[in-house]
Amino acid sequence: MGRITIDPITRIEGHMKIEAVVEEGQVKEARSSGTLFRGFELILQGRDPRDAQRLTQRICGVCPTSHSVAATLNLDSAFGIADKIPDNGRLIRNLILGAAHIADHILHFYLLAALDYVDIAKVARYEGTNSELNSVRRFIERGELGPFLPRYEGDYRLPDEVDQQMAAHYVKALIMRRKGQEMLSIFGGKMPHNVGIVPGGVTEVPTVDKITSFLWKLNELRDFIDNVYLPDVLTLAEVYSDYFAIGKGCGNLLSYGGYELDGKEPDLTKRERLFKQGRISTDLKPSEVDPSRITEQVRHSWYASSTTNRNPAQGETTPDELKEGAYSWLKSPRYDGQAYEVGPLARVLVTYAKGEPTMKSLVDSILARFKASPDALFSVLGRHAARALSTKFVADSMPGWLLQLKPGEPVYIGYSLPEESRGMGLVEAARGALGHWVEIKEGKIANYQVITPSTWNESPRDDKEQPGPLEQALMGTKVKDEENPFELVRIVRSFDPCLACSVHVITPKGGKLGEFRVS
Amino acid sequence: MPKSKTEELPVIWLQGAGCTGCSVSVLNSVSPSIKNILIDEVIPGKHINLRFHPTVMAGAGEAAIEVLQETQQQKKGGYVLVMEGAIPTAKGGIHGVVGEENGKPVPIVSRLESLGANALAIIALGTCASFGGIPAAAPNPTQCLSVEEALKVARITTPVINVPGCPPHPDWFVGTLASILLFGLPKPEDLDEHGRPKAFYGTLIHENCPRRAYYDERKFAKKLSDPGCLYELGCKGPVTYADCPTRLWNHGVNWCVGSGGLCHGCVEPAFPDLVSPIYEKIAFP
Repeated sequence: MGRITIDPITRIEGHMKIEAVVEEGQVKEARSSGTLFRGFELILQGRDPRDAQRLTQRICGVCPTSHSVAATLNLDSAFGIADKIPDNGRLIRNLILGAAHIADHILHFYLLAALDYVDIAKVARYEGTNSELNSVRRFIERGELGPFLPRYEGDYRLPDEVDQQMAAHYVKALIMRRKGQEMLSIFGGKMPHNVGIVPGGVTEVPTVDKITSFLWKLNELRDFIDNVYLPDVLTLAEVYSDYFAIGKGCGNLLSYGGYELDGKEPDLTKRERLFKQGRISTDLKPSEVDPSRITEQVRHSWYASSTTNRNPAQGETTPDELKEGAYSWLKSPRYDGQAYEVGPLARVLVTYAKGEPTMKSLVDSILARFKASPDALFSVLGRHAARALSTKFVADSMPGWLLQLKPGEPVYIGYSLPEESRGMGLVEAARGALGHWVEIKEGKIANYQVITPSTWNESPRDDKEQPGPLEQALMGTKVKDEENPFELVRIVRSFDPCLACSVHVITPKGGKLGEFRVS
Repeated sequence: MPKSKTEELPVIWLQGAGCTGCSVSVLNSVSPSIKNILIDEVIPGKHINLRFHPTVMAGAGEAAIEVLQETQQQKKGGYVLVMEGAIPTAKGGIHGVVGEENGKPVPIVSRLESLGANALAIIALGTCASFGGIPAAAPNPTQCLSVEEALKVARITTPVINVPGCPPHPDWFVGTLASILLFGLPKPEDLDEHGRPKAFYGTLIHENCPRRAYYDERKFAKKLSDPGCLYELGCKGPVTYADCPTRLWNHGVNWCVGSGGLCHGCVEPAFPDLVSPIYEKIAFP
């Protein structure tokens, strides 16, 4: 029996530690721990509400755009303009967010996940003419191999040629994700931390040259997604196919939905969106999301016990750094007291189960290729495949939005800052369901709350000792070599954790979440 | 394997109370690309040997921490420490830890002290590391300090170069690193009063802003997305030192003011508290 501690977990965003107790080669207990706290909601209190779009993006520099959208939807609803955003503004927000997700998912598969499966050292044997691979070969020959060493050893299975090609794709991906961020900046101003998405719409106007420039960067990215990224995920899945049966997790998925297809409906639980909102389990029967049924529990989190199990708007949270039994700065978000996994897998399967035809055919084609049923997707490889499908699905929707833009028509609508109000913004961030809530008093932020996807996924055990989704995914895993626990890190990285997000805020005082005004 | 004649500059990249945005921005470097920086001899005969970076490195856990220890012992005085993020110091630094020693978590501030003391130089990357930034904004719940403040407390005198921005433009970081490789550490006259390379932070946004003519003619935008100067809507260009209007962002595609998003002074020690509210104008003649 042994205890495997991995601190820091690398190739994620942020500060995280994993502990697993292994007995007879199998994980009996797992703990996922967030190890940095900054206190954003305390910092936001008392500020001008409009600052939230800028400041909440700094919760995370890998996924800031998702926060800018959630913050903006939040403020739109608090300012009473959720149903008044000009179409140009709605479309440009979708394009900015889509660009962010494309860049983010490419970054995840290649920069964050791939080194668990791809052996860069095999490039030492490369004998072809690809100049990128030859420069990597010379790098290896020079002998200083950081950051590619040290690493786990013993389970790199790709044949030389496939492995070398993936290494070449890793190098190409570095450029493609950069181009995704350039594409975003056409409308967003800059990346990371865009300035373009604001309450009321956006700040950048569509012109014909911006539209066509965006379109051709998008076409290059779509070509990469279809001909490099998605095929690489599937190649990996064939060689590491045992990972369709590893890392199942809690089996419950939740999606807020994302990308507004309609700008007239102020209620975010009713608005028509590209990715659908809903909850789903392995039976694939979707049910609805009622945000008032979300609570955050703190039994094993470094916050005062008296504040546990509060709806996000009702909490009062005080850090308690030395609390007995606590092991994480993350709280445990639960829906109806249950752990839910969020992320591309959730939004892909909810959209699939709700009958969206394009998604249905994308998912069915993957299942057919692997002769698998949908529950194989509740796995390490299912998450990677779903992430690639999510990328393709949104990238393929973006030309349509681009061509709906109308140069010369408004992108923004003004508003007056309310003295007292409440708002809520729900969106599918790259990593899953992201919610922002605000209470405004005397024209200033009285309370601001955020529940990020990584808080859901990487949460510690809750008041009922129920482990979080990642912890559940780790439990029961067979570890072949405790010195090189590939299985554990492959499971962790399939969730694409973003720890800066997950430990951002603690719940301030407030009223009932269900009573916010949305228009 | 042939013995390398390449001069290696070892780099350790630590993350404190930050958001990884500085790293993502550096990944956006166009020329040299990040691949050129990490894989190639970015200057002929010289290679950046990035030994530790939590977001991209292959290894994890103890093996990764050992890299820190080996580097500070074997390359003492010869490596560059890049610090991204502010330094939490409340309650002994308990709010931000990286790795363990003897079963106890090690606070970021301790990592900075031991790695900083033995480094050739420290690049405080981003506004959080340079000046405290958003984690240090009122009420600064975790008593975040800037790198310079934290080193002062520990009486460590390793030279610090501040490369602020939220995030910093990749060129500001890559240019600073290239300058070290080509010409050695910056001289005091190369840095401004805030420890920032004058090469990048020497002019006000306002001096080179394409909308400056509107400002001079008092043609102010009344609402976002309108043409005109953004000063009345809250633009902090007049008090912000950075070359954004000429360098532009993301491969020259756009920049904050260019997209109608006003400048909020993200390179300044004043960010965010003294430039807030972001959308309210400051007094300026």
